[in-house]
Amino acid sequence: MTECAVRAEGITKIFNQGRPNEVCALTDVDLAIEPGEFVSLIGPSGCGKSTLLRVIASLTEPTEGQISVYGKTAEQARLDRDYGMAFQHSGLFDWRSVSRNIELPLELMGWSKDKRQKRAGEMLELVKLGQFANHHPAELSGGMRQRVAIARALSFNPSLLLMDEPFGALDEMTREHMQTELLRIWSETGTTVVFVTHSIPESVYLSTRVVVMSARPGRISTEIPVDLGGRNADTRESPGFFAKITEVREALRAVEGAE
Amino acid sequence: MSRLEEQLAEIAATEDPIVRDQMIALAVKRQDRRQRLRDGVRKTLVFVFFVIGLGLLYTGYKAMGQSTGDRWPIIGGELPVKTNDLIMPPLWDIVTSFGKPLQAGGQTLAGLIWTSGMFTLREATAGFVAGVVIGLSIAILLLRSRLLERGLLPYVIASQTIPFVAIAPIVIIWGRKNLDFLPWDWQDWQSVSLIATYLTFFPVAVSGLRGLKSPEPEALELMDSYAASWGQTLWRLRFPASLPYLFPALRLAATASVVGAIVGEISAGVRGGLGRLILDFAGKYTTGPERLYASIIGAAVLGLFVVGVIGQTERFVLSRRGQEAV
Repeated sequence: MTECAVRAEGITKIFNQGRPNEVCALTDVDLAIEPGEFVSLIGPSGCGKSTLLRVIASLTEPTEGQISVYGKTAEQARLDRDYGMAFQHSGLFDWRSVSRNIELPLELMGWSKDKRQKRAGEMLELVKLGQFANHHPAELSGGMRQRVAIARALSFNPSLLLMDEPFGALDEMTREHMQTELLRIWSETGTTVVFVTHSIPESVYLSTRVVVMSARPGRISTEIPVDLGGRNADTRESPGFFAKITEVREALRAVEGAE
Repeated sequence: MSRLEEQLAEIAATEDPIVRDQMIALAVKRQDRRQRLRDGVRKTLVFVFFVIGLGLLYTGYKAMGQSTGDRWPIIGGELPVKTNDLIMPPLWDIVTSFGKPLQAGGQTLAGLIWTSGMFTLREATAGFVAGVVIGLSIAILLLRSRLLERGLLPYVIASQTIPFVAIAPIVIIWGRKNLDFLPWDWQDWQSVSLIATYLTFFPVAVSGLRGLKSPEPEALELMDSYAASWGQTLWRLRFPASLPYLFPALRLAATASVVGAIVGEISAGVRGGLGRLILDFAGKYTTGPERLYASIIGAAVLGLFVVGVIGQTERFVLSRRGQEAV
């Protein structure tokens, strides 16, 4: 058996345990992700998909259950800087230039200035924003800011890219463009991606596997492998794409019907 | 090719639609920058007209009172302030008094106000710097521990209810008798600085704490995901994020430090600064009322100067963030 990128076993997360406002966000979640996979987590609000992402990232401790990332504990993986993260709000620091934003994690890891700047330049080429290195985030559009956030997340070659609705705040056109870009970057870097989304087409277009979750309590209800081969401009209009969208939608409907 | 044509060519050559849209938006914004320069010129003109208007109001009120015998025209009744030359010296006398020496062949009034102003500015600056350091330290301490925030904050607030005029003489006495352990000779002006510090640290501590707490949870999670230490998060995220909150407090603190220095000098009887000068001229009012007015103008200019310095620093530091102060 090859080593899993992420292996979650029996994850349960209860917020405010023992208090009147106790919330059970996740119940007994099992999930295994192979290296190089692109896995989307989708489900109604309150299904705990963001919580699951944060548990994997070791930003919050599970109440019960085990999590391992490339054979390490999640906390060890975080301390080893195995995670690149991107959120719905780009979270760029508006007092830093685009280039210095990408350098932030490298600074924290003690890279030399020369190496940092060289790396930031390469990352900006990767996300096609080379001429904006010295601009400040306030001068960029939402889509460009997300690209910078992705460049920052990938700048130190993390073994796992964790994304929480990174395109949620973008308009539809920009969003589709960004999805194409993300797939290109994914295929160029070979990183494992865990991607939280609200959008069914987005999950189908991007992923090698869609994980459908149900709410109250949050748990995984179905996993749908997506085998559409290499994506291109025609993918979004292909029958296979629509068939998968229908499959995910019905899985989601079953989840909501069960409530 | 002109600058604009170059920009247009560059925009037309860009294939990426998202990048292209943004380049157009940026080109438009560059035009806005010239607009901002014009706004700056306008603001300066408004200030000049405001000062001139104030002078006209003063002179007009005086002329009116002189002609009506200190009564309101038409409606009658006495004016609130008498307009004779002792109470309201002519504006021209005030202006020319700056250039006159106080004693034959001695320093001019402007020169004396300048040296006194510098003395007070030194007190205020030292007090301001110490106040900012102490204020930020308290903010960081309170940020570090919620327990301290609950326990200490009420005392920080209570400290401001003690009238600083009342403690000024005590501070001077302490400074003279008890600060022997310091590596330098404690001087009276430093006690005045301490009074300025007392007024300065409070707004810095309160706004600083608010600013340090201002980053979004996502930004803090991001730092966590990089396994950043508490100090790294403080220096690279919390502190820069606090600046838009801090600068309004710094402006307030700068004025407070000047007020604290001037009033501190008066209350504690320290010689050499503007506060003492104002007190002296108030004592000799009948022989030269215009001097008191002139020294008050000097104090106002000093206040404007420190606020201006902070304001310019703020603009320089925050200009590229694309957000105005909160």
